[in-house]
Amino acid sequence: MWDALQLEFMRNAVAAGLLVSLVCGILGTLVVVNRIVFISGGIAHAAYGGIGLALYLGVSPTVGATLFSIAISMVMGIASIKSKERADTFIGVMWALGMASGIIFTELTPGYNVDLMSYLFGSILTVPISDLWYMLCLDFVVLLFVFFFYKELVAMSYDEEFCFVAGIPVRVFYFVLLGLISLSVVMIIRVVGLILVIALLTIPPFIAEKYTASLGKMMGLACLLSILFTLAGLWLSYQLNLASGATIIMVAGVGFFLSLAIDALAGKRRQATDR
Amino acid sequence: MAQAVSHNPEPSASSPYAIEVEGVSFSYERTEVLKDVSFRLKQGEFLGIIGPNGGGKTTLVKLMLGLLRPDRGKIRILGEEPNTASRRVGYVPQSMDLSRAFPISVMDVALMGRLSRARMGKRYSRADEDKARQVLQKVGMWDHRHRLMGKLSGGQKQRVFIARALATDPEILFLDEPTASVDPEFQVNLYDILQELNKEVTIVVITHDIGVVSAYMKSIACVNKHFIFHEGSQITQEMIDMAYQCPVDLIAHGMPHRVLPIHKEE
Repeated sequence: MWDALQLEFMRNAVAAGLLVSLVCGILGTLVVVNRIVFISGGIAHAAYGGIGLALYLGVSPTVGATLFSIAISMVMGIASIKSKERADTFIGVMWALGMASGIIFTELTPGYNVDLMSYLFGSILTVPISDLWYMLCLDFVVLLFVFFFYKELVAMSYDEEFCFVAGIPVRVFYFVLLGLISLSVVMIIRVVGLILVIALLTIPPFIAEKYTASLGKMMGLACLLSILFTLAGLWLSYQLNLASGATIIMVAGVGFFLSLAIDALAGKRRQATDR
Repeated sequence: MAQAVSHNPEPSASSPYAIEVEGVSFSYERTEVLKDVSFRLKQGEFLGIIGPNGGGKTTLVKLMLGLLRPDRGKIRILGEEPNTASRRVGYVPQSMDLSRAFPISVMDVALMGRLSRARMGKRYSRADEDKARQVLQKVGMWDHRHRLMGKLSGGQKQRVFIARALATDPEILFLDEPTASVDPEFQVNLYDILQELNKEVTIVVITHDIGVVSAYMKSIACVNKHFIFHEGSQITQEMIDMAYQCPVDLIAHGMPHRVLPIHKEE
């Protein structure tokens, strides 16, 4: 591992893994408890439309994906409020349209040469320094947001109607949350790719929820698990010469099923002692 | 400390009525749920709302809380718009709606009652914690304050939600089927707590339990798209006809002491 860290791209990859784990743990927790996993998946996939559009217009794909995914997250947010009944259908359609437009834009781009696979499955080994700065700023914004509005976020996630009655602007929080998710999705795409975003956003909080007694602790444990999965996946992919994004997700998946197995065993033991 | 500000059941200068509803209609999509509902409820009342499932009881409460807006008609709560009045109102929702897996302690739920727009972005204060302790003691849940909500029984959860509503220092307390998921012993217990509270607070409770209605409540209304209001706790034949499910409840688990009205102290 030490010799690997002599390489600059490896150091950047580790930094990216750490920085992204922080947003994954914090925002992922809010995604899981607010049950907006599907919207988050929709944002991640539709972001590809922004990448394609940016390539076509010749601007930075990161900027394109950021603006595009923010816009689309707001549209999805409005849809989820306006038509509660069919919101999932609407989000599914936006999901597909975003990806389709991304593919068409890249095709229309003269001298197309960008590696589509790197957006689909991530390329943590080629993260540029500018993206690390982006991640650092995002971590800072997310931390501030949660630090100041922790009690409102807990309350809103637990019982939105009660918060509304108490006069908390839950809609504003909802849209700010969607906006932050869009920003982080763009960063997570860098690490594991847009197809695998959901796994990194949801598996650590899912495991953490079972062993914690508050949302704050859940966020903390989810961050640690995310760091563990990302770094272990990175190391494995280096040793075994496998795709880094997919290896990270496989490690997280193993963690997911391990936690289910531990639960099942613990449940059995409890039954045995009850008897 | 500011003790339960202006909890006076006497008509206040601003409005003698806790609730004024005038010609309110409401539809979901194209289905009309409430039609031309009008009534006025004095402060200090204890109103029971009965009616069949899907009859519009919860919708009516959500309209009064400002969670929904009426298609037609006007609602005044304590003389204000429902949205502005909502900070003076406590709400106990149906508890089964909330996630069991969510990691939150009893104390944290009680503290939610201290949320306000004015103090957004700040931590809960010492006074907030004192208030939460006070209300948890009132419902007998203080000893359980560190436990997780997901690990509580239906009755215990309901007590915590009542504590949370009380922590808001409400002038009106709305409860949506507070005994739906609760053991029978706690039902009686709960209504004793509510009756005690009613000395200071106007109470509106949705219930399926007609026995409880006649024993504890001062007035009663039946909602089934239309609205029949009756000051005094007798259930009229008209209500029974409208709320066809109520008599079923009466026979199904009416215990004698709950079917017969209890004589008031005065």
